[in-house]
Amino acid sequence: MSAETLAHISNNLVYSAMLVYAGAMYCYAAELAFGSPSRRRRVPEQVEARALVTAGASVGTGDVGRAAVVPPAEDDRVWAESRRARAGRLGRTAVALTVLAFALHLGAVVTRGISAGRPPWGNMYEFSVAGSLAVTGAFLVLLTRKDIRYLGTFVVLPVLLTLGLAVSVLYTESAQLVPALKSVWLLIHVTAAMIASGIFTIAFAQSICFLVQEHRERVPAELRGPSFMDRMPTAAVLDRSAYKMHAFAYPIWTFAIIAGAIWAENAWGRYWGWDPKETWAFITWMVYTAYLHARSTAGWKGRRAAYLAMLGYSTFLFNYLVVNIWLVGFHSYAGVK
Amino acid sequence: MVHTLSTAPSRDRPPEPRPPAMRPLELARWGWRQLTSMRTALVLLFLLALAAVPGSLVPQRSISAARAAQFAQQHPHLDPWYQRFSLYAVYSSPWFAAIYLLLFISLVGCVLPRSRLHLAASLARPPRAPRHLDRLPAHVAVPVSGTVAEVLDRARAALRGRRFRVDVADDYVAAEKGYLRETGNLLFHLALLLLLLSVALGHLFGYKANVLLVEGTSFSNTVSTYDTWTPGALADETKLAPFTVTLEHLAVRFQRGGQQSGAPRDFQGALRYTTDPSARPRSYDLRVNHPLVVDGVKVFLLGNGYAPVITVRDSHGQVVLKGPVPFLTQDGNFTSNGVVKVPGASPQLGFQGFFLPTAAFDPTRGPVSVYPGLELPRLVLTGWRGDLGIDGGAAQSVYTLDTSGMSQVLTSTGKPFARSLAQGQTMTLPTGETVTFNGVRRWASLAVARDPGTTPALLSAVLALAGLMLSLFVRRRRVWVRVSDEGGRTLLEVAGLARAEGDEGLPDEVRELAGSIAGTDPPELDDRDDDASDRTGAPRER
Ligand code: HEM
Repeated sequence: MSAETLAHISNNLVYSAMLVYAGAMYCYAAELAFGSPSRRRRVPEQVEARALVTAGASVGTGDVGRAAVVPPAEDDRVWAESRRARAGRLGRTAVALTVLAFALHLGAVVTRGISAGRPPWGNMYEFSVAGSLAVTGAFLVLLTRKDIRYLGTFVVLPVLLTLGLAVSVLYTESAQLVPALKSVWLLIHVTAAMIASGIFTIAFAQSICFLVQEHRERVPAELRGPSFMDRMPTAAVLDRSAYKMHAFAYPIWTFAIIAGAIWAENAWGRYWGWDPKETWAFITWMVYTAYLHARSTAGWKGRRAAYLAMLGYSTFLFNYLVVNIWLVGFHSYAGVK
Repeated sequence: MVHTLSTAPSRDRPPEPRPPAMRPLELARWGWRQLTSMRTALVLLFLLALAAVPGSLVPQRSISAARAAQFAQQHPHLDPWYQRFSLYAVYSSPWFAAIYLLLFISLVGCVLPRSRLHLAASLARPPRAPRHLDRLPAHVAVPVSGTVAEVLDRARAALRGRRFRVDVADDYVAAEKGYLRETGNLLFHLALLLLLLSVALGHLFGYKANVLLVEGTSFSNTVSTYDTWTPGALADETKLAPFTVTLEHLAVRFQRGGQQSGAPRDFQGALRYTTDPSARPRSYDLRVNHPLVVDGVKVFLLGNGYAPVITVRDSHGQVVLKGPVPFLTQDGNFTSNGVVKVPGASPQLGFQGFFLPTAAFDPTRGPVSVYPGLELPRLVLTGWRGDLGIDGGAAQSVYTLDTSGMSQVLTSTGKPFARSLAQGQTMTLPTGETVTFNGVRRWASLAVARDPGTTPALLSAVLALAGLMLSLFVRRRRVWVRVSDEGGRTLLEVAGLARAEGDEGLPDEVRELAGSIAGTDPPELDDRDDDASDRTGAPRER
């Protein structure tokens, strides 16, 4: 098959993946919306107690056994049952669709790579397509180990937005690389950066869920109206998993920066030159460092740490969107004209 | 550490005592405590991130002096302020340095006491068992077979086998593992300090230089041959490695057709070099990402361009200039500008013009190049006669023509004389001199750098990464095993405490240990109604 045909197939796979992602997102959102509000509702005192202590058991399941469920009226119960069943079906469909979309998306990246004859993250378009694949990949891998289906909407939405941006604004024809980009270290650097950003994206979604949940939990449980947030873990659990996710991504990001420095040294004779791209990678790193420190300081857990995490993610987005396109540097390899 | 988390209404608090006047020593101690507090560290980390922002928005001289100068010209009102706050050189500015130096002082002040504590903890025995093991976050009690001494023995062996440090007392075993967590944390912070020192080492003793080398020509590693030369404060210019490099040939390939037509795809320079004047020449294939290393000095291929080969004869047919003249690349299609100076002619001659590797005529921009490869090369020149102004001794760029002492060569109708030459063509000025465009050679722009801090910086970074992984992923846990004789039956109690946030494996480890000591399946944890869900016991306050 010719390079052009493959590139064409790759483009079509991206569009198909987007379609399936959209379906998956709809199902995730519907699951949250239809989710039985009673699933996590407990006797008020216990909810209070549990909100105060940090639930250490694994997300979503460990403490269900001991949680007393508010006994609903009989017809309420039947109604809730049917809703719960529907929500479960929706959730499973959503995951199946995500797997399908991931497969199409992966196919798009692979065919693009074969078409160009190199790893397909050499310009902004390819970086976006491959980077969003890393986000879905990280989500699916984590899903096999933890019940984080509640995050589905917040993971698939950014993936879809990124792909949309890629095909509409950033699109670049499949081609070879400019000489500066032909380096193993670049490959390692970009791969690490994509994996780290995939995990940061999920961590960011968790931090947002935490902020919303924390806000909700300030109202006593018996006064809260039903909401899709009932389907989510408690704020304490969200806070803790967000921390672990950030702590997982941080060393990978650190490694990505080191690999980038090695590449820069090889290409230009200086391992660090403060060009805008490097500078913003550094800023992101600094903000996440502040986040990790904040977590170990009394009074900075929870809300304020979550704000720092969001700031960290914004600096990452700034690097990806604004710096790549508007601020030129040595790195200007975006290929966007 | 004692935390006073008072729940009393604030009006019951005693009024804030007025700080007594501090003596200098006290003041210094107070200042040091403030500086090394975690809150200050947080503020400084955040400030450093913030301080890095302007350098990415304002053109930096270190990246492109030309763009910085252009910005200054376009913003005459901002410029003095930007100058005052070093905004064109943020990363070497005093205020940027102040932030990171404070941060590193704070880091040292933080790490030193922690190292002392950690050393003491590493040498000490694991702490004694608390009286009530069942108050710990993970606790198991099961009856077992065997005497107390036998069971304690088994417990010790089981804990040793799991890499715990173990201390055996009369009726219990105390154990702790995961010291590497704190070791890693200290190593990480220390390695950052080393990284800073390595960067400083490079800046002080290293040097950077640039040189433009036309095919067939050479340069040697001496200050005078370089176009730009940026030494570190302590670099010794008399002891540069005595190598010489010749660029024999430069091969360049560009993308043809498609959306990215003209994008560079490949360029490589065939070099011959000698490590010192007496050494045998060797060859090297210089590519981007593939620098030449001689005696710790690296030579990098940065860019390339064209040098038209020109012959100038005076009105008597005498050759007054012959050779390649590098023109500077202006755009992605290698429209190049340049200047030809002929000091040997009398009167002196100067030419300004441009070189187009693939010439085309754009209705608005005039003649431009539309492709970077040599498809339709054209050299366009206008001439000047008079005094080049280079005899006075003042340094002058070879890429600009000072026309203040010259007059432009005009046609008979009084217009500036300009001609476009194809390869091999000659133009004759109205005054009789001739210019021949013989051919084209390529030039490479090379960066030459010595940075003795590179290897130490890399090592520090690797150390930092290793320390970081240890500090984030090693689990520090304490376990106590108590064995008691309860009226003829031996009772085994295992309890644990995790010291890291998010350590969710502790309950399982406690159960698994108890099972292994008892010789049974892992028993269930004791369940309590108080904060049992906080099984990890990770400290929530510090
Ligand atoms: C360039 C500056 C710094 C960087 C990049 C940095 C980075 C980090 C990172 C990534 C961690 C996380 C490791 C973990 O959670 O176990 C950490 C932990 C820590 N840092 Fe820093 N740090 C810096 C400066 C400082 C300073 C100035 C202080 C002291 C004032 C400090 C004190 C600590 C402490 C005490 C911990 C351990 C927290 C814990 O036990 O959870 N760091 N640092």
